[in-house]
Amino acid sequence: MGSVRLLDGAEIRRAVTRIAHEILERNKGAQSLVLVGIAARGDDLARRLAEEIERIEGARVPVGALDITFYRDDIGMRAEAPEVHETRIDFDINGKTVVLVDDVLFSGRTIRAAMDALVDFGRPAAIQLAVLVDRGHRELPIRADFVGKNAPTRKDEDVRVALIETDGEDAVYVEERP
Amino acid sequence: MAERTAFIGARVVDPASGRDEVANVLVEGGAVAAVGPDASLRGASLVDCHGLVLAPGLVDLHAHLREPGREDAETVETASRAAAAGGFTAVAAMANTDPVADTPAVVEEVRSLASRAALCDVFPVGAITKGLAGEEMAAIGEMAAIGVRLFSDDGRCVPTARVLRNALQYAKAFDAVIAEHCEDPSLAEGGQMHEGIHSYTLGLTGKPAESEEIVVFRDLALARLTGGRLHLQHLSAGGSVELLRRARAAGVRVTAEVTPHHLVFVDEDLVTYDTNFKVNPPLRTPEDREALRAALADGTIDAVATDHAPHAVEDKEAEFDQAPPGTIGLETALAAVLTHLVEPGLIPLPRAIEALSTAPARILGASGHGGPIEPGRPANLVVFDPRAEWVVEPPFVSRSRNSAFLGKSLRGKVIHTVLRGEPVVGDGKPRR
Amino acid sequence: MNKHLLSINDVSAEDIVRILDVAESFREVGTRVIKKVPALRGRTVVNLFYENSTRTRISFELAAKRLSADVINFTTSGTSVAKGESLKDTALTLQAMGADAIVIRHSSSGSPYTLTRWVRGSVLNAGDGTHEHPTQALLDLYTIREKLGRFEGLRVAICGDVLHSRVARSLSFALVKMGADVTLVGPPTLIPPDAPAWGVHVSFDIDEVLPKIDVCYLLRVQRERQRQQYVPSVREYARLFGLTRERVGLLPEGALIMHPGPMNRGVEIDSDVADLPQAVMEEQVTNGIAIRMSLLYLLLGGGSEGAVADG
Repeated sequence: MGSVRLLDGAEIRRAVTRIAHEILERNKGAQSLVLVGIAARGDDLARRLAEEIERIEGARVPVGALDITFYRDDIGMRAEAPEVHETRIDFDINGKTVVLVDDVLFSGRTIRAAMDALVDFGRPAAIQLAVLVDRGHRELPIRADFVGKNAPTRKDEDVRVALIETDGEDAVYVEERP
Repeated sequence: MAERTAFIGARVVDPASGRDEVANVLVEGGAVAAVGPDASLRGASLVDCHGLVLAPGLVDLHAHLREPGREDAETVETASRAAAAGGFTAVAAMANTDPVADTPAVVEEVRSLASRAALCDVFPVGAITKGLAGEEMAAIGEMAAIGVRLFSDDGRCVPTARVLRNALQYAKAFDAVIAEHCEDPSLAEGGQMHEGIHSYTLGLTGKPAESEEIVVFRDLALARLTGGRLHLQHLSAGGSVELLRRARAAGVRVTAEVTPHHLVFVDEDLVTYDTNFKVNPPLRTPEDREALRAALADGTIDAVATDHAPHAVEDKEAEFDQAPPGTIGLETALAAVLTHLVEPGLIPLPRAIEALSTAPARILGASGHGGPIEPGRPANLVVFDPRAEWVVEPPFVSRSRNSAFLGKSLRGKVIHTVLRGEPVVGDGKPRR
Repeated sequence: MNKHLLSINDVSAEDIVRILDVAESFREVGTRVIKKVPALRGRTVVNLFYENSTRTRISFELAAKRLSADVINFTTSGTSVAKGESLKDTALTLQAMGADAIVIRHSSSGSPYTLTRWVRGSVLNAGDGTHEHPTQALLDLYTIREKLGRFEGLRVAICGDVLHSRVARSLSFALVKMGADVTLVGPPTLIPPDAPAWGVHVSFDIDEVLPKIDVCYLLRVQRERQRQQYVPSVREYARLFGLTRERVGLLPEGALIMHPGPMNRGVEIDSDVADLPQAVMEEQVTNGIAIRMSLLYLLLGGGSEGAVADG
């Protein structure tokens, strides 16, 4: 099984820093900004982005975690009910600009589910999307506002993001599907 | 079949004569003409029975034929066909029909149904009390006068000692046998299964073994008191066996039967709430089953009886507590005994034949059945393959299919059943 | 997870933890502005209730609706005497209507087992006769874990008519499985003599047990059983086994008081005891919805071979 490293630790750090700058640029500061990471790794990336934003801007933005399991569109197409992660949005999102954060953007179905989930918490002023890797092959009319790395891939490949918080290292791999 | 038929090369097991050897049996004009290794076969059509067992036709002391009353579950004809398919040539028909067989008229009706269509001899059992109500004695004398020998309120216990005492005493005049379904009604009330760890876990109301033992004790005492002839039906508890053993040693005139399902299954088999395991008396513990097996082996229990209890599908496919108790048994009794008792070496084959034929024929007074297989005797015979393996599954010959053995694999298959010389079952199939 | 939930005995300790964990997520859903997720959109859940139990039915109904499933309530208050359509025919009808799950409450022990023979969907036991009530046990476990944080070594007394209680069975089996130390307390006529084979202790003296427990779980006294003379009178029962104000003083600090409801105030529990802060009956009810959402989700959220990748 072939495995190619797409990003190393330093490149991930630089991508996060750049995205943090772009978010602040686009939204003219951190005012009324909140970050919501999609479980599991989007959650960690959202926290890193918040730290970067605090370093740059000196302002602490609220960070939440969103599990989209209950909003998936493949019910009845799976053998087992998928694993459920924690959802924690203990702040008001009404009238806020919500930046959704995920590790990889692929078909767009996860983001569709995340937007559905988000509106059950309130009515944001705007929803934006930040991803570490955009690997193409969209199945829905969704695009990212902030991208760490555009990586053309084949559909039969997997993009695997490892983060220190959960995997013990920072790296992104493109792997042949077994 | 030709005038003369010879069954050749079978192992002939005939407890009444003590015969157990490979021999030929010649049948002529409805009777046995000759038996022996060298019996002359001249002019006879030959039936090859090498590797098979030939025995006296089986006799069931306990079957529910359901006619009159519940012809949707079974009729005298369908039950007799099932009996023949299972190797039986005689069956005792329990009295709890609708109407109850508590008068000579109902007995005659069952007899006439049997004489028209039956593939085995049917011996109607008379009720002990009118309408099985446990209060007034039924017409025991009148029924005995037309040949009824066995009396039973089966399905129910005679509830008071006084009524049973009178029945036992009265029946002495006719040499009749009072057969009891031993169960204390107040202890067993609402009971769905044996009371024990499994009934507690399954949340089903239990019937303790004591509900049987108490009545066995009472009935044995009354048999001693009256000198009457008592038969204990479908014993299920080890404690009952102990009481019976002591009473027999003390000379009480008592006989007893056990069913194949009580010899094979236990209360734990009910864990999936399969209503085919709901029987009365209930399946009890492995210790009870061991006691029953030992008692059958040593002769404390005389006979194996099926308690064949057909029920309509819609009655049995119901919530557990609403389903009626009972399993069909005529087609599986022999194979169950062969598979679970003879094959593992718990009882020898001749003892199994004695329990399924010779002993019940004697208790029922069914002369002509149960052997001995000797010249001049009626040719009521069964030939079976003791090794043939089969899986119990519908269709059954019985009109019902509520078998506790459903899906189970058994060894032992009836090949021929011969009723007074007539081949009612041939090559495993009822002839009509 | 098995396809059905018939008895707590069919659920492994590992699966119990999973059910409680997923319920945790559904508790969070219950705090949202919109308390509903589309997880079971397009699925059909039938509540088949042969026994009146508004509380349990509403809890299941709300759970299914919060998962966006279509819910059909099929309630027959008919007794076994006034027999209508057979269980089998009802089952075949529901099967033909495409029920993905059938939640059954029935007065006959084992009916959920019987039902599985005729339907393809999942069967959830919502209480069968005097057999089991597994969802009640799971919501009780959830409540205990939430309040006390553990099961291992936890001392729980289950008090009352254990013999006829489906709640007592499911809860005992579940707690023993999770490593708790369970004592059944009640009059000898209402405790199964073979109960120690379940891995529990038995006591006939509530005053002796109360000082040594972390949870006092009271069972409902079923007055209709009185006819069979298991105890001389309900009044005598209340005096000997009821949790009175005085007896609460025997409980260690921090011990919980639980009851599956509906309560007979003044019989198994004194009225003001039921309103004490350590009595957690309301939490039990709230947690019931999350537990039932968790079970419906875990039983119905899968069901197909071949998972689909997402991104």
